[in-house]
Amino acid sequence: MKPAAFDYACPDNLDEALALLAEKGEAARICAGGQSLGAMMNMRLANPAALIDIAGLAELKTIAVVDGAIEVGAAVTQAELLSWPELVDRQPLLAQALPWVGHYQTRQRGTVCGSLAHSDPSSELPLALALLRGEVILQSRKSRRVVGAADFQTGMMATALAADEMIVGARFPITKAGEASAFLEVAQRHGDFAIVAVAAIGDQQGARLGVGGVADTPGVIELGWPVNDTALNDFAWSLGGADDQHATARYRRELVRRLGRRALEEVHDALS
Amino acid sequence: MATSLRAFSFAGLCGVLSNVNNTADNTTNSDWVGRSMQRVEDPTLLRGLGRFADDLPTPPHACHVAFLRSPLAHGEIRAIDTAAAAAMPGVVAVITGPELKAHSTPFITGVKVDAPQYALAMDRVRYVGEPVAMVVARDRYLAEDALEAIAVDYQPLPPIIDPERAVDATPLHPGTEGNVLHDRRFRYGDPETAFADAAHVVEATYSYPRNSCTPIECFCVIADYDPGLDAFEITANFQGPYTLHTIMARSLKVPGNRMRLKTPPSSGGSFGVKQAVFPYVVALGVAARIAGRPVKWLEDRLEHLTAATSSTNRVTNIRAALDQQGRILALDYDQLEDCGAFLRAPEPATIYRMHGNMTGAYGIENLAIHNRVVVTNKTPTGLMRGFGGPQIYFPLERLMDKAAARLGLDPLELRRRNLVPGGAMPYRTAPGALLDSGDYARSIDCAVNEGGLAELQARRDAARAEGRLYGIGYSVVVEPSISNMGYITTLLTPEQRERSGPKNGALATATVAFDPSGAISVAVSSVPQGQGHRTVLAQVVADVFQMDPLEVAVATEHDTAKDPWTIASGNYASRFAGAVAGATHTAAVRLRERLTVIAAADLNVPPEDVAYGNGRIFATGNPDNSVPLGRSAAKAHWSPLSIPDAAGAGLRETAFWNMPELAEPDEGDRINSSGAYGFIFDFCGVEIDPVTCAVRIDKYVTMHDAGRLLNPMLANGQIRGGFAQGLGAALLEELSYAPDGSFQTGTLADYLAPTVMEVPELTILHDQSPSPFTPLGAKGLGEGNCMSTPVCIANAVADAIGGEVTTLPLTPSRLADFLLPDEPASSAPAIAPLIAPKILDGHALQGQGGTVVPAMPDEVWAILLDEQKLAAVIPGCHALEMTGENAYRADVTLGVGPVKGRFVATVALQDLQPPYALRLVGGASGPLGTSQGEGHVTLRETAGGTKVEYSYTVAISGKVAAVGGRMMDGAARALINQFFKRLVSQVDDAVAAPGLWARLLSWLGLGR
Amino acid sequence: MRYLKAGTRHTVRFVLNGREAEGEAEPRLLLSDFLRHQLGAFGTHVGCEHGSCGACTVRVDGKAVRSCLMYAAQVEGREVSTVESLATSDGLNELQAALQKHHGLQCGYCTPGILMSLSQLREEEPDADEARIRDVLSGHICRCTGYHGIVQAALEVFGKD
Repeated sequence: MKPAAFDYACPDNLDEALALLAEKGEAARICAGGQSLGAMMNMRLANPAALIDIAGLAELKTIAVVDGAIEVGAAVTQAELLSWPELVDRQPLLAQALPWVGHYQTRQRGTVCGSLAHSDPSSELPLALALLRGEVILQSRKSRRVVGAADFQTGMMATALAADEMIVGARFPITKAGEASAFLEVAQRHGDFAIVAVAAIGDQQGARLGVGGVADTPGVIELGWPVNDTALNDFAWSLGGADDQHATARYRRELVRRLGRRALEEVHDALS
Repeated sequence: MATSLRAFSFAGLCGVLSNVNNTADNTTNSDWVGRSMQRVEDPTLLRGLGRFADDLPTPPHACHVAFLRSPLAHGEIRAIDTAAAAAMPGVVAVITGPELKAHSTPFITGVKVDAPQYALAMDRVRYVGEPVAMVVARDRYLAEDALEAIAVDYQPLPPIIDPERAVDATPLHPGTEGNVLHDRRFRYGDPETAFADAAHVVEATYSYPRNSCTPIECFCVIADYDPGLDAFEITANFQGPYTLHTIMARSLKVPGNRMRLKTPPSSGGSFGVKQAVFPYVVALGVAARIAGRPVKWLEDRLEHLTAATSSTNRVTNIRAALDQQGRILALDYDQLEDCGAFLRAPEPATIYRMHGNMTGAYGIENLAIHNRVVVTNKTPTGLMRGFGGPQIYFPLERLMDKAAARLGLDPLELRRRNLVPGGAMPYRTAPGALLDSGDYARSIDCAVNEGGLAELQARRDAARAEGRLYGIGYSVVVEPSISNMGYITTLLTPEQRERSGPKNGALATATVAFDPSGAISVAVSSVPQGQGHRTVLAQVVADVFQMDPLEVAVATEHDTAKDPWTIASGNYASRFAGAVAGATHTAAVRLRERLTVIAAADLNVPPEDVAYGNGRIFATGNPDNSVPLGRSAAKAHWSPLSIPDAAGAGLRETAFWNMPELAEPDEGDRINSSGAYGFIFDFCGVEIDPVTCAVRIDKYVTMHDAGRLLNPMLANGQIRGGFAQGLGAALLEELSYAPDGSFQTGTLADYLAPTVMEVPELTILHDQSPSPFTPLGAKGLGEGNCMSTPVCIANAVADAIGGEVTTLPLTPSRLADFLLPDEPASSAPAIAPLIAPKILDGHALQGQGGTVVPAMPDEVWAILLDEQKLAAVIPGCHALEMTGENAYRADVTLGVGPVKGRFVATVALQDLQPPYALRLVGGASGPLGTSQGEGHVTLRETAGGTKVEYSYTVAISGKVAAVGGRMMDGAARALINQFFKRLVSQVDDAVAAPGLWARLLSWLGLGR
Repeated sequence: MRYLKAGTRHTVRFVLNGREAEGEAEPRLLLSDFLRHQLGAFGTHVGCEHGSCGACTVRVDGKAVRSCLMYAAQVEGREVSTVESLATSDGLNELQAALQKHHGLQCGYCTPGILMSLSQLREEEPDADEARIRDVLSGHICRCTGYHGIVQAALEVFGKD
């Protein structure tokens, strides 16, 4: 289990990284923490001709609140965001979701944006981004654009990234007054890919519920109070999960209904 | 530590901490044996200085081997093209079946059938991961590069995965008449009459899954060949049994003395698993011979999980005949054992290891056994901690609960009524085991009291009163240790055994010696894999010489060319405490007798007046008359002419210890399959989460009687480790296969070994009934919880859910199938059914969808039938060639997200109904795996163009299925969508109708 | 910009266990292989090469990470510490000694990785409670011990026994 040969580039700044990406295009992959990409490369499921390592780029190592969102640079690790002192106040949902991402050791290398770029259907951060209606900031040598979560995640491990683009940051909207959130996950072991993960956020008017681990990308619906079981059930069916060796589609739908309800109830309880 | 101390005080309270005085030498005081001495292994390992196989130096010109493995469960190898690989940088040799065959013979098997297995596949592959070719290259990275350049042309054959279906399926091996390669019936007592006279007969069928103890260190082999001597020198983290040494040497076509096998000082766990390194010893031997230089192979995790080995999966129909009082009059097992693609040695040992103790801990006079062993398209099986135990105790102990329910008895009470009585030891079971010691009822009573069963029952009652799903389970197990080398011959008829000559015994060996400095060393062939053999042997020898165990050096690395060993050597069947420690004790006592003669002369007293203490030898009548132990010992080296003749020459003793109790099977097929039999009683309380259906272990108590405990701390360590693996088997672990034969658990994110979060606290209790048959009164105990824990948890879960549990692991999803209410339908309108695809046998993935293409059906049809345009529609197509009418072969790059691979694809268009319908049949093959599938496409004129509807079934196998199982369905959908996206794009080009693009893409969303 | 061509070896200079070290590596050489086979630091073990088992855990700039999911080239100029750094001339450190005392290892293959994770935790969160200790340990698979001795050892060192 050894990776195929690749060029390794360690640019000194973002401009260098973008120029190289423009030159190499699809043959190159951006590598930040490499906790998913590295494993895939070791198994030779992914064989990029070049890796562009952005982990050391200081300009991407920032966490800041910008225009009502926590803007997380592409070199910020999951552990760094988790230990950011303002996190719980600014967006408790992220503080609830991040401990579910991998393990202590992988969170210290794995980045927040890398997880979004990987877009694994079971992973927690794409779910959080989708639920919060966050955005990713994509940059190429020529342009910079901000894309909403729903448009960014186009399918299983597929995103709207163009060949010459990289994620330079992600924007997670900060919590508003009167909002509460919940995050629940079922996996067979601590730290495994979620069989089902649910995230909910809401206020007195209503709530949004997001589900990961079932469809190719996170699914999100809006619901009012009280929790409507028919809507939850229709949502569970609409995600169209499949059987795999760990769980049946029917079990996944049941978890969507049950955990969905529980998460919404937690939000509701926190509001009152 | 707290647990072990508590257990001991309890055992003392129960009055069962017997005085162990049955050793060969009763003048020895047990100062060290029986103590929880810290391990002598640890200071090295904790510094990271252990020498594991991959840490050992190799010569500078050594090369590395990588294996090309079958992506298919079953297929014919039509051709292998290695030319491109052989030309790659750093590649020294590429070896396929025919080349290997020139230098090796098939492995000898216990069952004489024409189903030959070589170290590489010959003309057929029979399981995913079967080695097909070896690349020898300068380093592992280059070797793996070259693997990708080997092209194998496979003709897929129907896979056989289910053992019950295998029975009547086409034989996997052309030389055999069917897939049942072994079929024997056994009868002890009069089971037919017992069943006829029974007040109750209970019956059920249980299925034990495949799992593996997956040591964290994988296999490693380093091989060299000397053409001058026609001899191999091989280092491997092999664990025994050394019966396999003969098999390896025979396969390499040399006598045993020309296959020198060495084991490294440290091994990163085995649990039986590293028995299965032996085919690779042969493969690497051949590779060294062909490459003309030393070669090394380090198995990776994907290889290990896919193709190293497995427990057997077994389907057992079990019946019990009971009288009115709940006494079992007879048992009847019908066992169907699945050994995978080959009966690789020592299989079918899994099904015979327990043969003598198939009646469990119960006194049952009448027994019928029907054993059938089938081959299927799965990885060959082999040794696994608990070997054969979980496969019988899961059905037996589940059936005990079922019988109790039938009779309205408490499940523990039913068990008590059937236990072998304490006063009956040693007790001969109906199938021939000689249960050596124990008082099972006493041990259970102790555990019930000390372990707090009444409190647990109260907790269950309280939980149930609140409507919670809480259950209690029990299991009662006899744990065999020290396998009889003759047990496997039980598979032969008495007449066949007569012809082949008897196989028996369990010879153990140990060597104890003094060197010229007067220091003492021990060497054994026990090949430990983490159990702490060196510590225990130091304790044993320290007691014999009354010295500090830290002054005893123990070597456990082994070399068949220089060190004593026997066919029974190795680390398996829990033989260490009983056999190896016993042999060491025997050797040490003999050595002391001789040293005593020397020392007596030094002290000028008769030998019977010599005593040992604090590293000195002294006269019992006058302790001041003493010499340092080492000084007398050194004399044997420095002044051999000056010591009494009676001391003999050379202070080195190699003892061979045998068990007279381990005779070959008798004419009635009775076999004492093991030398010692421990006892285990477990009980536990579990609760099922009402929302997720996950099982939580509330409390778990395990009571062991393994005879005399040599080091309680290490004993408890073994119990805890076995428990964690038993828990994994109960709740998490399965080497799983899809019905199409693809292997699905190739990573440690898919094969779910418990982490620290999943293993609950364990209460360990000990009873100690010394074995009368082992030198130190000790029995094995490390495997027991792999036998007792899976079924104990299963029984508790069954109790909690009020239903039957017939297979493992008890995943939340499986329990949900039982527990969940009927599912509410969606209130959204159902999507109108499309044409139903023909489901190919066992194909895992199915789907359907539709899209609208802005062209008339005949225009779309024209694209599909046009070679050039089809090439543009097929995703990632680099080249397309026509191979027949409407049949193509294409070179494509397929992938989802960053996962991409090159494939050779074949596509045939069949059942053409122009321009309305056709069938696509095809497949793809490449380094990432293979796929086969078919799709139906219909074209229907609609507003805005043609409605294209499709349905498909796909089977995906190989690496990508093994590591990405949870994404296969989505990946198939993504690829189909790519195809239709491109079709729309082609139509756009063809009819030049730009602007429709965006609208059409949105239609694709419906195709999901 | 440092740009290393595939298939060619480059010098990697870094600090290993407090000392300047260097070795030659192709871009694709895994840090685990580099440490073991280039620098002879065999205490770091390889168990899965996909980040799941934790055996290869080392500390890079103080952080416990999987060395199978890093490349040798990525430690250029950084500080790496492995199990070989833990014992002192006086003997085993407190974590090592506690593991021995509580029988927290059997085959010892997963142990170096566990030690590196617990070392970081001990430095950064000396007051970690049992839940936190278990969370950190959950990134390691041990097949021998059932984890009991490992948890007991950690609880003792963290003063939570």
